[in-house]
Amino acid sequence: MAISHAHDSSMNASDLHGLVAEFETGQELKAAANAARLAGYSEMDSYTPLPIHGLTEAMGWKNNVIPWIAAIAGFTGAVTGIAMQYYVDVVDLPLNVGGKPMFTLPMFVGPTFEFTILFASFGAFFGLWALNGLPRYHHPIFSAKNFERASVDRFFLCIEAKDPNYDGEKTAEFLRTLLPLNVSEVEEPEV
Amino acid sequence: MAVSTELAPDILVTGEQDYESITRIIDKVILDNKIHNKWFYITLGIGVAGTGLMIAMITWLLYIGVGVWGDQIPVAWAWDIINFVWWIGIGHAGTLISAILLLMRQQWRSAINRFAEAMTIFAVMCAGIYPMLHTGRPWVDYWLFPYPNILALWPQFRSPLFWDVCAVSTYFIVSVLFWYMGLVPDLATMRDRTKNKFLKYGYAIGSLGWRGSAKHWHRYEQSNLILAALATPLVLSVHTTVSYDFAMSIIPGWNETIFPPYFVAGAVFAGFAMVMLFGIPIRARYRLKDLITMKHIDWMCKVMLATGLIVFYGYVMETFMGWYSGNKGEVDLTIYWFIGENKIEYWALLFCNCFMPQFMWFPKLRQNLVVVWIVCVFVNIGMWLERYYIIPMSLQINPLPAIDRPYHPTWVDICLFAGTIGFFTLSMLLFIRTMPAINIFEIKDYIYKVMGPDRIKKAEAAGVE
Repeated sequence: MAISHAHDSSMNASDLHGLVAEFETGQELKAAANAARLAGYSEMDSYTPLPIHGLTEAMGWKNNVIPWIAAIAGFTGAVTGIAMQYYVDVVDLPLNVGGKPMFTLPMFVGPTFEFTILFASFGAFFGLWALNGLPRYHHPIFSAKNFERASVDRFFLCIEAKDPNYDGEKTAEFLRTLLPLNVSEVEEPEV
Repeated sequence: MAVSTELAPDILVTGEQDYESITRIIDKVILDNKIHNKWFYITLGIGVAGTGLMIAMITWLLYIGVGVWGDQIPVAWAWDIINFVWWIGIGHAGTLISAILLLMRQQWRSAINRFAEAMTIFAVMCAGIYPMLHTGRPWVDYWLFPYPNILALWPQFRSPLFWDVCAVSTYFIVSVLFWYMGLVPDLATMRDRTKNKFLKYGYAIGSLGWRGSAKHWHRYEQSNLILAALATPLVLSVHTTVSYDFAMSIIPGWNETIFPPYFVAGAVFAGFAMVMLFGIPIRARYRLKDLITMKHIDWMCKVMLATGLIVFYGYVMETFMGWYSGNKGEVDLTIYWFIGENKIEYWALLFCNCFMPQFMWFPKLRQNLVVVWIVCVFVNIGMWLERYYIIPMSLQINPLPAIDRPYHPTWVDICLFAGTIGFFTLSMLLFIRTMPAINIFEIKDYIYKVMGPDRIKKAEAAGVE
């Protein structure tokens, strides 16, 4: 299994995005990611057609920011909702109905709840795309061999060139020991 | 070799399947032009005609005024509010399937959630038309929202009608976000599958450049779960708030504490019926039988039966409370339901919502698609009649008998309702034609989890058909 060069010009390491290995099953990919982490690689990513649990742990990558964004956004929504209703119905336009108290909390529960949900949803939704860096026009990985099947039935592991332990031939040799379908180099697109 | 699904119990995907064949079954509906036969175009034509009728009726109403509807004092809320509540209720099944069943880890939802979520969005659009027109001056509907203005006026936050504005607009926005988020990875699949250049551009833009990175999937699943956790109380709050529009008033027939749960159950009841009403023909036509199995139909029928029984209980309690309250208005109204001017509608309601769903007790009948489909038609009619008896019938009988006045819809009421059904049909067909109607990655996830990850190997020309 030779390295297939996407472009046959000789490249130096700085032009490379990384080395990509293609696997047939998610199980093999997870094992490969685990092996890569144990071999000392840290800058890598996997590309799969479906979410595979345990894959990020296998890659040694952790990120739990989204729930915090949603929680803070939701809290902001609750405060905004109640504050707005207080300002509007108690301070700015007080309408006394039937001699009842002005700050009628039970009557403000509904809109406060909806504001909380709305803000938290915005946080979870837009936070997701912001953290993922999407929408994005292009990414080097799209030029990987067979990558159009990453959204259908193939599983890819990419060890990136920026990894401190990255060394063209050695890394390729390492990836081949994981028994992928093939290993290929991926270039950074010219700027 | 592909995995045979013959042996495993409770299997939700049938036939010999691998990731590629799943993708092919679903994307064929969009990419194979020959799969759409004359029935698609006939239904599409009906949808276009209906949408045209809807636009014409809205235009006529804007030109003449809300007087073109049959609404008048004392029956100021009639077909417009019936249709609003009916459409919102239909939408609720979508959120229930996508959010509540996700939280409960019910994998069977994967085959129907996308479709049901799309239904939610289009149903809420149809619903939204009515209150917006009913304000009388739709061109100043932005007054509904709290914003600082030169009138120095604000909405009244203590009013259930304003809660309704908050609930329905939040519901619509969150439904769209949830639906679109689910679509992104599948649009990426479509981008990679289509050969057509323009479609490729379209799907590429829609998929936001999704590349299936494990880091992205990790955040995606977190975010999706959070949205589900937020949408679950939201969907319950929406129909609860809609029921407050009635329950917070003092009108006999409206002022009832049973309304919130009874409205929510009714919404789910009608929603599941609508999912099957559209789903059964589509499943047959586009050969989705391996993904939407008889098990799915069976479970949807059971949900429909259960919620139907809650609704039945609601009618029993309403009748009981009519007598037990001792309030003359309530007693008169309860008698009026059974023997009054609209007694045919009330008895028809009991037939549709209480008698018809009982067929769903029998496993044989749940497996008979014709019976199921007919029951679904009756349930949808029944749920419309339920809003009919709650809304205009309660207003026809008043504490001051001198103002009692019968209600009659006008041709504009009828045509506008028919038009919204056309718009809904058109939207659903366009959705099925252009977007993956079944969640591709979740079905793959199901195969990965349930059938054993190491057993899914790429089939060598497996007999997939």
